[in-house]
Amino acid sequence: MARARYLLLLVPFLAYLDPALYNRIEPRLFGFPFFYWYQLLMVPVTSILIGCVMILGRARR
Amino acid sequence: MLSLRDGIFTGLVVLVTLVGFVAARWGNANLRHLEEWALGGRRFGTIVSWFLIGGDIYTAYTFIAVPALVYGVGALGFYAVPYAAIGYPYGFVVLSRFWSLARERGYVTSADFVRDRFGSRPLEVAIALTGVLASLPYIALQLVGMKAVLMHLGGAFAISNGELALSVAFVLLAAYTFTSGLRAPAAIAFVKDTLIYVTVIAAIIIIPAKLGGWGHIFAVAPKPLLVPKVQVAYATLAFGSCLALFLYPHSITSILAAKSKEVVQRNMSLLPIYSLMLGFLALLGYCAIAAHITTKDTSSIIPTLLGAYFPDWLAGIAFAAIVIGALVPAAIMAIGSANLFASNIFSEFRHGRGHVDAHLSKLLTLALCAFALCFVIFVPTAYAINLQLLGGIWMVQIVPAFVLGLYTRALHPAALLLGWLCAMLVATAMAASTALGGTGISPNITFTFFGHGVTAYIALYALAINLAIAVVASPLCWAFARRIATRA
Repeated sequence: MARARYLLLLVPFLAYLDPALYNRIEPRLFGFPFFYWYQLLMVPVTSILIGCVMILGRARR
Repeated sequence: MLSLRDGIFTGLVVLVTLVGFVAARWGNANLRHLEEWALGGRRFGTIVSWFLIGGDIYTAYTFIAVPALVYGVGALGFYAVPYAAIGYPYGFVVLSRFWSLARERGYVTSADFVRDRFGSRPLEVAIALTGVLASLPYIALQLVGMKAVLMHLGGAFAISNGELALSVAFVLLAAYTFTSGLRAPAAIAFVKDTLIYVTVIAAIIIIPAKLGGWGHIFAVAPKPLLVPKVQVAYATLAFGSCLALFLYPHSITSILAAKSKEVVQRNMSLLPIYSLMLGFLALLGYCAIAAHITTKDTSSIIPTLLGAYFPDWLAGIAFAAIVIGALVPAAIMAIGSANLFASNIFSEFRHGRGHVDAHLSKLLTLALCAFALCFVIFVPTAYAINLQLLGGIWMVQIVPAFVLGLYTRALHPAALLLGWLCAMLVATAMAASTALGGTGISPNITFTFFGHGVTAYIALYALAINLAIAVVASPLCWAFARRIATRA
């Protein structure tokens, strides 16, 4: 299980690589169609996931 | 008499030129050594690396081309956002490993690793050539980004299609890169990215407010969603481009300049901030539509949009940001390609070379800058754009040797070379066939599988062929090598 934290890094790939998941207008946020705000939101999420993998790796040592 | 806009623009560009030359004194190093000149002595911490890598992969051409693409094709052009986002988890894994090996074994380029791992000169040259071929049109496109701004500024900046100002800027760039090496773009990147963030934040506040808000802008956008048949193209473009993102020589150069593996990892977590900015910038393409900007030359839409809605002083800052945003990556690309040429193609340096002379790399940097300048002046822009697209497709083809090579020795260098060669030829043929319609190269191609037409990124089709050959031919090559060994 030592490397299980790396599975977190697969999340952005799953979130982005099937456009059928997010290729729609509703629900809107601040006038942005879902297609756009979902993809923009996943950027900081990716950032945080990478940060978690890094911190979990450090905690093990 | 200079206007306020032109004065601020000129002032900022002169300032970064001075910074570029003064950067030679940074850290008091001996710039005759390759590692000092080309990699800043491998001493950059988290913040310097963040500016350097960010300044390197989000280029002026990106800032001009991504909104232009969204303006032209709508939602499909937004693939730049997923592309840059998934590049980071991939980079986190692959680059940590590469950085550690490079520090231990003294690599300066990706091809250095390939030579060391596989002991094959032909494979090393193949990897180096791919990098150089992909970089040259990319450097040229930075000039195209600058040219778009110079033409918009008009007056003295636009003399003979902006080529005079372009030549002056590029000669200065070549001169300070020659003198200061990687320290020049690293120092300038601070100024560049500060200006870029100011510009983008101002743009996404000011422009939508004047155009009736984001709701209205999306309402008038002609193609706000992907039509179902381009969904595969969207995903494969994002995935294929992400594979190549950190394989370009300029990315490798700025990664290897980091002082520790932790700096690389921290940056993979922090760099997506740039992708967020890029996402908003892409949406300026829709703003241009809402603002009724019509033009044949889509590279002019960002300068036109910013010129129309920004006050003079802010427009001066924005235009300087784009021009400086071209100089930083152009310098790093020239350094990265010069290193590949000097180390791996001319094979000037042998292994374990912390203190070798940087002289050849420095001269090659000048030659590459001159070549890129001539390219932009004498060759139509459409060629540079097509070649850059092709370069991205080629770059993906070093994945088996470079990325898989970091993790396994199971693949035989001859099999990898054969896979690479076939993939390069097939990819080029596919790309050329898309250009037959006369509208330039399309990155996607349609094939029919079991009665279903699938439109996907050419780079991934070629990578599949590449991997299949490498995997199938490797056992044969190993068996052949063993037979020869037992006979002898």
